[in-house]
Amino acid sequence: MLFLKRTLPLGIAFALGLVGIAIYYIPHSAAQAMERDLAIWLRIIAAWAYFLGLGSLLQLHWARIRQHQAGWGYSLVVYLSFGLMFFFVLYNNGMGPFAAQASAGGYQWIFSYVYVACAATMFSLLAFFIASAAFRTFRARSPEAAILLVSAVIVMLGQVPIGAYIGDYIPQAKEWLMRVPNMAAKRGILLGVSLGAIATSLRIIFGIERSYLGGGEE
Amino acid sequence: MRKLPLGLIFVFMLGLLLAFVIGARALTPPTALEAFDTPSDAGGSITLTWPRAADAPVGTTYLIWVALSPEGPFHPAAEISAVGNIMANEPALFGHDDANENFHFAHINGYTPAGAEASTELDNETTYYLRLDVKTGTQIQAGTGVAQARSTENLFNRPKLNNFILGTLFSIVILGYIAVARRRELSIRRIAGLEALDEALGRATEMGKPVLFAHGLTSMDSPSTIASINILGRVARRTAAFDTMLKVANNDPIVMSVSQEVVKEAYLEAGRPDAFNPDNVFMVATDQFSYAAAVEGIMVRERPAANIMMGYFYAESLLLAETGASTGAIQIAGTDSYTQLPFFVTTCDYTLMGEELYAASAYLSREPRLLGSLKGQDVGKAIFIGALVLGTLLATFDLPQLTYVFTAY
Repeated sequence: MLFLKRTLPLGIAFALGLVGIAIYYIPHSAAQAMERDLAIWLRIIAAWAYFLGLGSLLQLHWARIRQHQAGWGYSLVVYLSFGLMFFFVLYNNGMGPFAAQASAGGYQWIFSYVYVACAATMFSLLAFFIASAAFRTFRARSPEAAILLVSAVIVMLGQVPIGAYIGDYIPQAKEWLMRVPNMAAKRGILLGVSLGAIATSLRIIFGIERSYLGGGEE
Repeated sequence: MRKLPLGLIFVFMLGLLLAFVIGARALTPPTALEAFDTPSDAGGSITLTWPRAADAPVGTTYLIWVALSPEGPFHPAAEISAVGNIMANEPALFGHDDANENFHFAHINGYTPAGAEASTELDNETTYYLRLDVKTGTQIQAGTGVAQARSTENLFNRPKLNNFILGTLFSIVILGYIAVARRRELSIRRIAGLEALDEALGRATEMGKPVLFAHGLTSMDSPSTIASINILGRVARRTAAFDTMLKVANNDPIVMSVSQEVVKEAYLEAGRPDAFNPDNVFMVATDQFSYAAAVEGIMVRERPAANIMMGYFYAESLLLAETGASTGAIQIAGTDSYTQLPFFVTTCDYTLMGEELYAASAYLSREPRLLGSLKGQDVGKAIFIGALVLGTLLATFDLPQLTYVFTAY
């Protein structure tokens, strides 16, 4: 049991981790073919995992409906939406489930006029959230917050025509802020992230980090 | 005897003069051809190089021909402009030698036999003969030199040699510190966001409210998701010990399956298998904004006492964090997505920035070997900082060699 739960997964992680690194440096067609095969396997596993995801989603919302939890009406909408989309996918604009998906019909209509509109609505909420987050954050309570406030005002003014109208120095200051301190911070973070990713990969490949298996270190 | 019209004589003379000028300016095809297998590829390609002509008339092109024997027949393979394909423009293959400015190159992958519509790809281990003609206007001057080469599959991508050496060096540093950590205790810097984790979980326990853990949008093939799964394992062990409900919202089915196993094992290890409810690690949506809407709904309806957001986030980061802030939950976020970091910093109580996300699992475990890898990370960063300072100084004095070491090809 311990072999299946620990030794085997650690062995697979070790072997495939090293193979993955080696493939990156080997241009030989055999290595590239192996990379393609691994990518195909990943897609196959992901496709089957979608059934698990669907099962979890429907189970979660079914429990909410059954127990009349707060907002259970929305769970009913999930079931209705799922049923409706599933029906239109199978119907496939009259061509049936075995033909290639039609470029018109109920599925496409719902996608374009309901789903895309809902997603755009969610996205547009960001504008209001940015305003409320900025309002709370940009109060000069400390020297750091004051620097953030001044930088943000310069960048915001530099982005719009009124900034250039006030003076050429505002767009220039904005450019400098974006290209020098902002870029330096970004690159610093990226360097740290790359090293962190290398360290995490090594910990997993050599079986030092085992929390992804759920248990302790030993 | 009739006299020739003066105009006709003038046109004839002008024609002669033009022909003389064009003829004089037309390039002679270079004979110093060099052909070799294109390095660092999967075969099927030969590279041809030849000296650059500084006085090539405008519009001059080089025609490359390929044959299976030195006598021919030669088939057209490529046409290269006399102002393009300079070796200096491809440092990954030819290096940074100043002399590369004086040479052209061309990668030949196939040729079109006479009468055929489709081109024929080059075979590996077959010797091909290459000839170079010069085309000026409509005039073509056939080359006399022939170069030969055969393409092979290569076992190492040479332009990635610097990447390989640096990767190996940092791996040795990290593994070295892991070995050191086994023998003696290493001190690491304090990470406020992780120190606050116990406080957040304790608060949830006192309030009798759940803890919400939200993954980022990337799948299991992303290092940030793996890091977030590692943190989830640590968090789950604590919530199991505190008897606090942990809810994990997923947007990827594979991440959901892994999360379920991780949380289950953590509860088992904490001696609370009965407290594990698989329905608490659930799938909400695969789409970005559907996921954001669903998690926001959970935050508003169930009012978790603590929201933990770990992984790689996109535009949904602010939607989640701002909604969580409005519910009064203590929020700890961690991401390596630098575009989303400002949103988390402004809306969350604690934020793990960049590599802190990767350090979190090791930091929380306090396991010496894992802490050793953190020390190795910090040493790696110190090496980078040293290289940056030295590289900047050298580049200031027009010595860019060090930057080549860190250039990705």
